Amino acid sequence: MLEIRHLSKSFGALRVSDDISLALGPNECHAIIGPNGAGKTTLIHQISGVLRSDAGEVRLGGRDVTGLTVWQRVQAGLGRTFQITSILPSFSVLENVAIAAQAKAGGSMRFFAPAARDAALNDAAAAVLTRVGLADRMEARAADLSHGELRLLELAIALAARPKVLLLDEPMAGLGRTESAALIDLLAELRAEVPMLLVEHDMDAVFRLADRLSVLVDGRIIASGPPAEVRDDPGARAAYLGAEA
Amino acid sequence: MARDRMIGAAIFATLLALPLLLPLVGADYLMGLLIKAMLLAIAAISLDLIIGQGGMVSLGHAAFIGVGAYTAAIALESGIEEILILLALTLAVTALVALITGALALRTSGVYFLMITLAFGQMIYFTFTSLAAYGGDDGLTLWSLATLFGSDVVQNGEGLYFFVLATLLATWAGVHRIGLSRFGRVLRAARDNPQRAEVMGYPITRYRLVAYVIAACIAGVSGLLMMQYAEFVSPAIATWQRSGDLIVAVVLGGLGTRNGALLGAFFIVLMEEILSSLLHEWRLIYGPLLVILVLYAKGGLADLMAPRAKGAG
Ligand SMILES: Nc1ncnc2c1ncn2[C@@H]1O[C@H](COP(=O)(O)OP(=O)(O)OP(=O)(O)O)[C@@H](O)[C@H]1O
Ligand SMILES: [Mg+2]
Repeated sequence: MLEIRHLSKSFGALRVSDDISLALGPNECHAIIGPNGAGKTTLIHQISGVLRSDAGEVRLGGRDVTGLTVWQRVQAGLGRTFQITSILPSFSVLENVAIAAQAKAGGSMRFFAPAARDAALNDAAAAVLTRVGLADRMEARAADLSHGELRLLELAIALAARPKVLLLDEPMAGLGRTESAALIDLLAELRAEVPMLLVEHDMDAVFRLADRLSVLVDGRIIASGPPAEVRDDPGARAAYLGAEA
Repeated sequence: MARDRMIGAAIFATLLALPLLLPLVGADYLMGLLIKAMLLAIAAISLDLIIGQGGMVSLGHAAFIGVGAYTAAIALESGIEEILILLALTLAVTALVALITGALALRTSGVYFLMITLAFGQMIYFTFTSLAAYGGDDGLTLWSLATLFGSDVVQNGEGLYFFVLATLLATWAGVHRIGLSRFGRVLRAARDNPQRAEVMGYPITRYRLVAYVIAACIAGVSGLLMMQYAEFVSPAIATWQRSGDLIVAVVLGGLGTRNGALLGAFFIVLMEEILSSLLHEWRLIYGPLLVILVLYAKGGLADLMAPRAKGAG
C-alpha cells in the first residue's frame, strides 16, 4: 500500500534521514522505534509531505505521490496524526471531526448552507467519535479536552477522512496506563481495516500491534523484520532495546 | 447566539425606522452621518471576513474601496449610469485586482502579509493620484450620478439611504452565513491551525484567496456607494490610514463576531463626529479612548452588549 524508496533529508550538516526504504502491505502494521532525535517524526513529515525530501520517492497504492503537496496526499488517502497534538482549538469536538469528513466528501466551496447542520457530515463524525470513545464529549470545545481526550480526537480527525494508510506518530505519548491500554485495543481493532505505520516508544504497544518492526537510529534503519527477530538482533539491542529491557 | 441576532435585528430596525421618525429639521445632516457610518460598516464587515474569520490582517483593504469608487466613477464619466451595471463592473474589476494582489500576498502570512497588503494598497493609491484625466490628487467631482432603472431614487437622501441600508443588511447577513458555511468552516480552520487544515486535505491558500476576493468585492461596492453619496471621488478614499480605521472598527467591535464590525464602524463615525464638534484637538481624546476600550473590552463592543457565558464559544 505504501512504499518508501531511498528517502533522505538533511538539516544543514545534520543528516536526519539517510536512505530510508520500507514497504507497508495491506492490513499490515509496521512499527518504527528509535531513540529520541533518531528522525522518526522527520520521516513521518517526509511521507506526509509536511517536509520536502532531499531525495527518494513515496508511493501510495502504486502511485508516485512524491511530487504532491500535503493536502493532495491526504486527498489521495494518506492520513496522519501528530506527536504533538494538532487540532482546531476553537472548534467543538464534533466539528473538528466533521470538517475532516467534509474534506473527504468534497463540496467545500459552498457558501450558504450552514455546515454545522449538515447531517451527513455530523453523522459520519459522530460515528468516528463513538468509535474512539469520545461520544459524550462531542459538544465540548476542543481546547477544553484533557490530554488523553485530545490524543483520541487527534486519531478521530485522521480516521474521519477514511485514509488508505495511516501514519501514527507516538499516539500513546503522555497517556496513563489505562488510557494506553484502551488505545492499544482500539488500534488493534483498526489494524484490520487500515494499514498503519506506527512510531511508538511504548514497547507493549509495539509488540502487541506490529507485524514488522524497524529500528531507526541516526536517520538509518539498522534492523528490520518480524518483532521477535528484531528483539533478538544484537545491533538493535545495543542501539536501542538494551536501554529499555 | 440568539442574543447577537436580536441585537443585530434591533440595530437594523432602528436604521429602518429612523428616517421615518426624524424631524425635518436637521434630518439631512443625521441621515448623511448614518449613511457614512453604514458605508464604513459595509467595508468593515467585509474586512472582518478576512481578519476575524480568516486570521489574515490586511492593511490595504481601503484600496479596494478605492478601486470600486474609481471604477464606478470612470464608468459614469463614460456614460454608463445604470447602477446595476456599475455594480457588475465594480465587482468584476475589484475581483480581478484582488485576485492578482491576493495571490501574491498570500504567499506570505502574519506581519509579512500585513506589509505586502500595505504595499499593494499604496501602489493602488498612487495609481489613483496619477489618473490625471480623473482629477489626479484633487479627485473628481461627478456631474452625473448613477440611476436605478433610469430613475433617480438612489441619488437623493432617502432613496440612497435605503439602498445603502439594504446593501448593509445583505452584507451583514451574507458574511455571517459565509462564516457558518462549509467554506467558512475551512477558512476558520485555516486560521485556528493552518497545518492541521492542510493535513485534513485542504489547499488553504485557495480558500484564503477566495475569502480575500469576496471581501474586496464587498469593499468595492461600498466604494461605489461612497462615490454616489459624496458625488465626488478622490485618492483620499484609499489611503492606508483608512485601512487602519477599518482595522480599528473590526478590532474595537469584536473580531469575528456577528455585530462587531457593524458596531465598531458606527462607533468610530459617531465618535469622530461628536468629539470633533466639541473640540478642535479631538484626536487627543479619541486616541486614549481607543486604548482604554481595547484594554478593558477585550471581546470588543459586541461583547460589552452581549457578554458571552464563561467557557462558551
Ligand atoms: N526543522 C528542523 N531543523 C533542524 N533540525 C531539526 C528540525 N526538525 C528536527 N530536527 C532535528 O532532527 C533530528 C530528528 O528529529 P525528529 O523530531 O525527527 O526525531 P524523533 O525521532 O521524532 O524524536 P522523538 O522521539 O523525540 O520524537 C533531531 O536531532 C532534531 O533536533
Ligand atoms: Mg518525534
